[in-house]
Amino acid sequence: MWQKYDFKQAYKNIVNSNIKLYQMNILVCISKTPDTTSKISFKSGDTEYNSDGVTFIMNPYDEWYALVRAIELTEQNGGNVTVLNVGPASNDIIIRKALAIGGSDAVRIDTEASDAYTVASNIAAYAKTKSFDLIFLGKETIDYNGSEVGAMVAELLDLPYVSYASTLEISGSTSTVTRDIEGGVEVCQVDGPFVLSAAKGMAEQRIPNMKGIMMAKNKPLEVIAPIGDAAKVSTIQFVLPPAKSGVKLIDPENMDELVRLLHEEAKVI
Amino acid sequence: MSVLVYIESPKGQFKKTGLEVASYASKVAQATGTEAIALVIGNAQNAGQLGLYGISKVLHVNSNDTIEFDAQSFTKVICDIALAQGATTVILSNTANGKALTGRLAIRMNAGSVSGANSLPDLSNGFVVSKSVYSGKAIVKYNITTANKVISVMGNSLQPEATGSDVTAEPIQVSFPTTKLKVLERKTSEGIVPLPEAELVVSAGRGMKGPENWGIIEDLATSLGATTACSRPVADTHWRPHHEHVGQTGVAIRPNLYIAAGISGAIQHLAGVNNSKVIVVINKDPEAPFFKAADYGVVGDLFDVVPRLTAAIKKFKAS
Repeated sequence: MWQKYDFKQAYKNIVNSNIKLYQMNILVCISKTPDTTSKISFKSGDTEYNSDGVTFIMNPYDEWYALVRAIELTEQNGGNVTVLNVGPASNDIIIRKALAIGGSDAVRIDTEASDAYTVASNIAAYAKTKSFDLIFLGKETIDYNGSEVGAMVAELLDLPYVSYASTLEISGSTSTVTRDIEGGVEVCQVDGPFVLSAAKGMAEQRIPNMKGIMMAKNKPLEVIAPIGDAAKVSTIQFVLPPAKSGVKLIDPENMDELVRLLHEEAKVI
Repeated sequence: MSVLVYIESPKGQFKKTGLEVASYASKVAQATGTEAIALVIGNAQNAGQLGLYGISKVLHVNSNDTIEFDAQSFTKVICDIALAQGATTVILSNTANGKALTGRLAIRMNAGSVSGANSLPDLSNGFVVSKSVYSGKAIVKYNITTANKVISVMGNSLQPEATGSDVTAEPIQVSFPTTKLKVLERKTSEGIVPLPEAELVVSAGRGMKGPENWGIIEDLATSLGATTACSRPVADTHWRPHHEHVGQTGVAIRPNLYIAAGISGAIQHLAGVNNSKVIVVINKDPEAPFFKAADYGVVGDLFDVVPRLTAAIKKFKAS
């Protein structure tokens, strides 16, 4: 009698046979930011960001570059992408999006992301309880541009840190990374686990498809109580930058006048 | 108590961003009644010149070696020296390396930190540091309440002031901890000021119609001694190299002068450039949103206007 050939099991066997060599557990930390086009206003005596009517998105560097590259690596080699966010329940929508794009499972640490240190200490405390081969995040958030969380997580876990990474290739336990520096790039090689902050070039944005969105609904999203530390800096006040006095239009035929204004009025040349 | 400032010396030279943070540190030290100590790591020519910017002591670590950057080992070395010197405040440049160090060092020193400060701290009520946030649409003021503080300073936030005099750098030998990271190579463009440090920037967008037309932009940049930049679509279509892309997903800059030709001024572009001190926009479309963010505007065809501006600048420079 024919025995039905189990393709699924055969595939699993192939994947499993390579586990020790390639399979990676990657932690991708995502954060939530207002959409760039949002109007900015403040409340509570200009000490708090006014989120009324603001559209929030997954920080693009986390989404387009860190998350997608992590998914690509596990697609090639097998493995697991855990999505981690430090924030309130209202962030679940961006976490589900990350799962729809291809994250395997997710964890939300249920506390306000009050400063970089709070976020980093929670991420590091969680990562210590697991064993991740790589920890990814975006090079910075588009609202605060601090680029501190990755560096902090790396120090808390005593791991190497490669920031502003625009390419990553992995061979065995060795990673080759290109990082953006002033006016060019630096290529480095890292042995074993490390923390990477991803910049443009690392991957291409993926739009979640209907299947991904449906699957995301059933992927595990664990909510855990805060395990990190309190903030170390406090926001005193938000202020608006001094308003521009309006554009001064110059006759396109008279560039001598523009040069005179740049020299005498603006004093920049 | 003292203020320690790490001054980067790429290719053995200090850059303007380094001299800026030397000035920044000496002003913080002055305001807090203490001294500013500069830390230089590896090859650097004439480290003692930092005294000019108000630094009272220069520590030159492994001055004869070229030491490749590794955030992990540099953090350990800087932290050890900060402790040995009794430094409670550490100042860094907000460069690629400075940003990689800020958060790490804050953890190691158990310090509160601000990355990307845009002005000197206000000490009238605590230790308040401000920085630009929300794509330049707001400024946030933070109070750092911890005893130890780490601050990285945005380029072009203050002018370096050479009011002091040279000091003699003190050499120190440190054994760098071995780590799992190794720098293989570095590729940087020679001879031009990198965008994050440039004071004058000439930028162009899709209005240029094709990469073959960039000669007029390069001529304008050369006449000014400016660095060239471009908008995202231009970098995405490989008309110009990726490292020239300024904007939200590219490089954020804050030069004294930003000239934009043929760029409409989408919010994502403005996010990377609206901290420029003076913005000049050249566009044939009077409705281009960029004019709203500009100080000076020229409504006209860039293929006429840009060469005319170059000629006017050459005339001005020759006069």
